[in-house]
Amino acid sequence: MLGKLGWSVIPFDQPIPLFVGAVVLVVILGVIAWVIVAGHFPYLWREWITSVDHKRIGVMYTLLAMVMLLRGFSDAIMMRAQQAIAYHSNGYLPPEHFNQIFSAHGTIMIFFVGMPFVIGLMNLVVPLQLGVRDVAFPTLNSVGFWLTATGALLVNISLVVGEFARTGWLPYPPLSELTYSPGVGVDYYLWSLEISGVGTLVAGINLVTTVLKLRTKGMTYLRMPMFCWTTLASNLLIVAAFPILTATLAMLILDRNFGFHFFTNEAGGNVMMFMNLIWAWGHPEVYILVLPAFGIFSEVVSTFSCKPLFGYRSMVLATMAICLISFMVWLHHFFTMGAGPDVNAIFGIASMIIAVPTGVKIYNWLFTMYGGRIRFATPMMWSIGFMVTFIIGGLTGVLVAVPPADFLLHNSLFLVAHFHNVIIGGVLFGAFAGYNYWFPKAFGFRLHEGLGKAAFWFWLSGFYFAFMPLYALGFLGMTRRMQHYDVAQWRPWLIAAAFGAILILIGIIFQVAQLVVSIRRRAELRDRTGDPWDGRSLEWATASPPPAFNFAISPNVTGVDAYWAIKAHAKQQDLEKREPDYADIEMPRNSPTGFVCAFFATVMGFALIWHIWWMVAVGGVGAFATFVAFAWRDHDEYVIPAAEVARIDRAIIAERRALLGLAGSP
Amino acid sequence: MVDATIAYPHSDPHHLRGMEALGIAHSGPASKRIATGYGFWIFILSDMVMFSAFFATYAVLLGQTAGGPSGRELFDLRNVAIETAFLLASSFTCGLASIAADTRSTIWFQLGLAVTCVFGLGFLTIEGREFASLVARGAGPTRSAFLSAFFTLVGCHGLHVSAGILWLLTMMAQVFAKGFRPDILRRILCFALFWHALDIIWIAVFTVVYLIGSAA
Amino acid sequence: MSNGHDTENSIDLAPGDEHVEGGVGLRVLGYLTGLALAILLTATSFFVAGTDLVWQPSIPVALIVLAIAQMGVHLVFFLHITTGPDNTNNVLALAFGVLIVLLVIGGSVWIMANLNHNMMPMDQIMQMQR
Repeated sequence: MLGKLGWSVIPFDQPIPLFVGAVVLVVILGVIAWVIVAGHFPYLWREWITSVDHKRIGVMYTLLAMVMLLRGFSDAIMMRAQQAIAYHSNGYLPPEHFNQIFSAHGTIMIFFVGMPFVIGLMNLVVPLQLGVRDVAFPTLNSVGFWLTATGALLVNISLVVGEFARTGWLPYPPLSELTYSPGVGVDYYLWSLEISGVGTLVAGINLVTTVLKLRTKGMTYLRMPMFCWTTLASNLLIVAAFPILTATLAMLILDRNFGFHFFTNEAGGNVMMFMNLIWAWGHPEVYILVLPAFGIFSEVVSTFSCKPLFGYRSMVLATMAICLISFMVWLHHFFTMGAGPDVNAIFGIASMIIAVPTGVKIYNWLFTMYGGRIRFATPMMWSIGFMVTFIIGGLTGVLVAVPPADFLLHNSLFLVAHFHNVIIGGVLFGAFAGYNYWFPKAFGFRLHEGLGKAAFWFWLSGFYFAFMPLYALGFLGMTRRMQHYDVAQWRPWLIAAAFGAILILIGIIFQVAQLVVSIRRRAELRDRTGDPWDGRSLEWATASPPPAFNFAISPNVTGVDAYWAIKAHAKQQDLEKREPDYADIEMPRNSPTGFVCAFFATVMGFALIWHIWWMVAVGGVGAFATFVAFAWRDHDEYVIPAAEVARIDRAIIAERRALLGLAGSP
Repeated sequence: MVDATIAYPHSDPHHLRGMEALGIAHSGPASKRIATGYGFWIFILSDMVMFSAFFATYAVLLGQTAGGPSGRELFDLRNVAIETAFLLASSFTCGLASIAADTRSTIWFQLGLAVTCVFGLGFLTIEGREFASLVARGAGPTRSAFLSAFFTLVGCHGLHVSAGILWLLTMMAQVFAKGFRPDILRRILCFALFWHALDIIWIAVFTVVYLIGSAA
Repeated sequence: MSNGHDTENSIDLAPGDEHVEGGVGLRVLGYLTGLALAILLTATSFFVAGTDLVWQPSIPVALIVLAIAQMGVHLVFFLHITTGPDNTNNVLALAFGVLIVLLVIGGSVWIMANLNHNMMPMDQIMQMQR
């Protein structure tokens, strides 16, 4: 009846996960209870859970990422503490628990922090930058978000019910095969990624279509803001790479559940095929994460230097070059696993070539800053911190792209330092820059500058303390994923790394404080103009937060930096006096499809993990029925009447005029 | 708030002089039909990439029969020819149904899809019987890596056909209940794309798996 | 396309929609042509696979060429992907997809052949250890 499920799967003998899980459960139940008792549930349901507004969905993606960042970081600090302690001792984490923690850390940070963070920012900003009212597929957008949330939920359920994978963030066979990992840990990994992978694919298709097909009048390709270009490249990679992940994990699922022989040791299976396919997805994945961050830096650097982006065309070319070359380098993740010198050489050279467009980008940002009037606001601080840090990560990347060097450094902490260097220094710093930069657009008030800068300095110094020692440890021969060790030389470096993790923890505390303080002081941080940073692209042309329809009148674009042109013109003509002809606007209706569908996906995923086959059927039929019910509805849009549009828009213009009257010039 | 067409102050900050003239002036967001069709087209391409992973696996594991039967001993090309004929005919009738939808002819549309459905079910029946007979002969997917790859690749295509039939029946019911609404017409366009794309994948399947598999 | 869909954006066309002046007859004729060509190519494939009239090593190549030709027929006559300016985006997307498919299949086969050449397959290693 309940498959493999029973009381024995709750880890009563392991106090740490049990305690943590209980606390998280109590907090979640408490929040839900408070929401219902305080009467907020109808609001949440109406305005957020069933919302198909790209801005709301973007905010929810970002929120999911930040919550999961806390989870992933707890894993990180536990590992750093363990390695700082476990010299000639077992530390405080037993090996099977330590293995689950590093596996969960990697899985969560890539799939449930990095991915939702960049997808959330793309969702929030790209339609605004393109001057349109929504993404191409609003309801599917909601489905995509809720499926990602399902994956995150399943990973967290594994904390209390059963266990998580002990195989690392990529479950290499044969270790991940049923013979060697008989528990449900790997199944949790597989099903949560299959489900959230569908969500990611949906988001990718949606954003590609939005950029290619929904641009406002006059927004030709070469007038798009750089963030839209990187969004296009990143989502093309999602569309091309995630199906490979889905197929690969499906084969492992077949191996584990039905006795197939893709990656087994018996009957002709080939484990190397898994490495090959998983990295054919895995390397593009790195660029899926970092390209949007490059876009964010382009926007931020140009805005805060008060200059158009230097070398716009070369930036476009570099972005699209990375998009293609990122599909030709995947073997460098397994140079050491038996390929011959010819194969290794070609993939090594390709890996070095991909550093060239990235270098072009760095120079472009530097030249954008050169001669500009730079304002050192928090987003700009993150961008400069990124440039310094990312160059180190990039150079160590070129180093490990040399096959002979990789033979020495493979699987050592040098590699761990390298990819944290590019993912924290690139993706996460970019996400934080975007978070500080676009927060006022999403909510109508800025984030506290002082606390934001404090968070930045602790993150930056913490990063260097935590990861530079790992480079040294790599040279000293320490391999990754060690639960304990007995080399006295390593210890000081590991203690330094743990200290760095504590600095990052302080940085995170400052970030939480920044959010809380900013919400409490939102009146004084209010952004009335809709353009708090003197921005250049169209998202700043509308109010903060933008009305549901984004733009009362679709903007007409005649050049790059569209809003900058509009502002310059408005200065000359003392704002546009003529009132536009407002028209009715059709917007997509809210729909619970995404939430209901994700509910059934959760049921189905959980049942598949525990082999509760009747429940699988319930989930599958439920999800199909949800879509049919959605397809059956007669009205999928509602109309905002012209009078209402005019009322909202007049209020926005009046506020802006009043403010300009005070301030003198825009 | 902004409706005026405004020139950039320094008219060409990125020196795009030549480039602007190359592009066709952009007239605004595409229609819903174009956006939906294009989004679905992107999905189909992603589906092809998924199949490419299964094809690559099949190619790599082709020789790994682990002492079990190879393709040449197992495949019955007469069955495959009938399957191909069914799928090809269904693609044709699906095309006729699209024309009927465009001309708003309910009867021809339902008839076209019903025939498509029959051909699709025929295809699935033959494939199901082939699979069943292989398993009965002890050549199931757990026998060897080669057979795992074979069953997964061909089975994945079969699953797509099954999903297509479920979708097809839903579309027939929708047209019956709601008529040719614009959103339903967009779904019909997507369904037709899906069904024709399955046929293209089948070309790769019968060529690579069956024909080359039994010739080699 | 003359069936009353949104055609405000005349420089663009949804994939699958066709740009035909003329009536139903002409469109049916298009599908019939596609069907005839597809049948011809399929029949040739099955014939070539079973025959010993041609040089045997050329058979896989011939089969692949025939398959690619038939895919082209399907794309043109059933999916209406053309080289016209209204199809630029659709063709570019297709080209990107085909490139990725070729990279994944070609790269995997090449890499795996190299690995198999340099390393003993796992089951043989396991047997040696027993």
